[in-house]
Amino acid sequence: MWQLLQIELFKIFRKPRTYISFGAIAAMVLIVQVALKFDGQSYIEFILGSLKDTLDIPYGTILNGYFVCFVILNLLLIHIPLLIALVAGDEIAGEANMGTLRLLVSKPVSRTELMLAKFTATVIYTGLLLAWMAFLSLALSIALFGTNDLIVARSNAIEIISRSDVMWRYFAAFAYATVALTTVASLAFLLSVFADNSIGPIVSTISIVIVFTILSELQIPLYDRTVKPYLFTSHMLGWKGFFYLKTDAEGISIPRTIENLPAVLKSMSILLAYIVLFTGSAIIIFKRKDILS
Amino acid sequence: MDVINVSHLSKHFNGVHAVNDLSFTVQEADVYGFLGQNGAGKSTTIRMLLTLITPSSGEIELFGMNLRSHRKAILRQVGAVIERPDLYKYLSAYENLLLFAKMSGLRVQRKQLMDQLEMVGLAERATSKVHAYSQGMKQRLGIAIALIHNPQLVILDEPVNGLDPQGIADMRNLIMHLSRHLKKTVVVSSHLLNEMEQIATRMLIIDKGSKVVEGSVAELFDPAKTIVEIDANNTAAAAEKIKQSKWAASLQQVTERALVLQLHKDQLAQLNKDLVQMDIEITGFRPGNSLEKYFLSLTGTNQHVAAFTN
Repeated sequence: MWQLLQIELFKIFRKPRTYISFGAIAAMVLIVQVALKFDGQSYIEFILGSLKDTLDIPYGTILNGYFVCFVILNLLLIHIPLLIALVAGDEIAGEANMGTLRLLVSKPVSRTELMLAKFTATVIYTGLLLAWMAFLSLALSIALFGTNDLIVARSNAIEIISRSDVMWRYFAAFAYATVALTTVASLAFLLSVFADNSIGPIVSTISIVIVFTILSELQIPLYDRTVKPYLFTSHMLGWKGFFYLKTDAEGISIPRTIENLPAVLKSMSILLAYIVLFTGSAIIIFKRKDILS
Repeated sequence: MDVINVSHLSKHFNGVHAVNDLSFTVQEADVYGFLGQNGAGKSTTIRMLLTLITPSSGEIELFGMNLRSHRKAILRQVGAVIERPDLYKYLSAYENLLLFAKMSGLRVQRKQLMDQLEMVGLAERATSKVHAYSQGMKQRLGIAIALIHNPQLVILDEPVNGLDPQGIADMRNLIMHLSRHLKKTVVVSSHLLNEMEQIATRMLIIDKGSKVVEGSVAELFDPAKTIVEIDANNTAAAAEKIKQSKWAASLQQVTERALVLQLHKDQLAQLNKDLVQMDIEITGFRPGNSLEKYFLSLTGTNQHVAAFTN
């Protein structure tokens, strides 16, 4: 299994398309950082809305590395599934398209081992992509903008998180995002089993994520009860929960707390269940599949 | 010893019988020709031998073991090139070979890999990416991959497809080398009858998924069925002269352009000499492929003759 995993990782990281994702993330993060470096005040005014007219806003303090990282995560995490699908959707369909699948399956390894190795390699790729994003959006932002307390705008309030209370929340958020994106990877992986060309599963995955995201965002009571709780896209933004703090009776935020940890854990469990469902289905279907490519 | 023992093997795709109640055996050190038209079920059968396709019914035993229950142990002793030798184009020949050697459970040294590439004449291009390779080079690399783990059974599905004449000759020599010197059992599927006639020791002909005939080439191939086509300036006059000679019984057909005779292969030289003595102006003398005629007589169709004779 370890040998197979090494082989799969070797193949992923020798493919030029793998680096498109790393390049795209670097470009997007740098674009946001440059924009905030030169015109961060306008952005802060925009997110604070009418509050800027009633409060004396310390723009220089708010615009720090933690804040920039939070902005980047909000802007980009919703788009990363496209980059994940690019590699995960290629895992089986790409091999079928190249004609190498028949060679792989005729080797003395079980199909289950092969699938598990491929899926694990995809998860590692997803993790590395997130680590790369974390490095650029957090470490580079801290280097460029310094650190201070993190201001998080919510729909009905402003959350202020002490600088000493921020870093662990980012680690937790990135870990959660890895699980969320692995869900997308497992969906692309499942769809990849059905196709002999990677375009199909990549486009299908992106389409499903877009449709489900739209459904998740729709404010229709019927869907709120019947559909939304079961869509994986409804739980993909659960990482934000790590930046919402519990408050005391006077409405003061309590450091080192999470407002609704059970909800965050529930969302994560639902995502994990989807991963098991998609990956398990992919393995079962692949085991029975006739390789005709 | 039977290396392959297939009994009552069938495969249906959505009601279509790709392979139907097929039984055959392949013995040790055979070069076993698997012959049939395009779509006859050769590739489907080979894919079932390699566990790429699950049979609808029937049993497959390799090396005396059931393929379903001893899949890994069996596949460790099998090397295969299935149709086109498609490989990872973004990797070099060396990397492709290393990767598949590891998948076969080998811990290989660089020297062993380079020796293997040397054997197929690719050592000098070992570090070149496969996307820059010609079809013949890819085929040779596919062979190197199939043989890297020193398998007892080598399965080659349409191995000469897309190769130039030199490549075809190289492949023929390689198959004979594997069988005669390395004592490997080789299963070769093809629709190219000339090639099969030259290399196979035993042969199976299938048509529409069913076995037509199985046996040694010597058993199947009757030299008395050699057909020769003779082009002459005046076929009618030439036919008259032949009818009055000892070759009258051999004359099968007279057309506007050619005469067709059936005779023993050993008689070809004498016929040629006699035609000259009969003062027949010959413009063409083409001994036909007897296996081809035999094949067509068994499969009962002439519609693909052009494909088989190319």
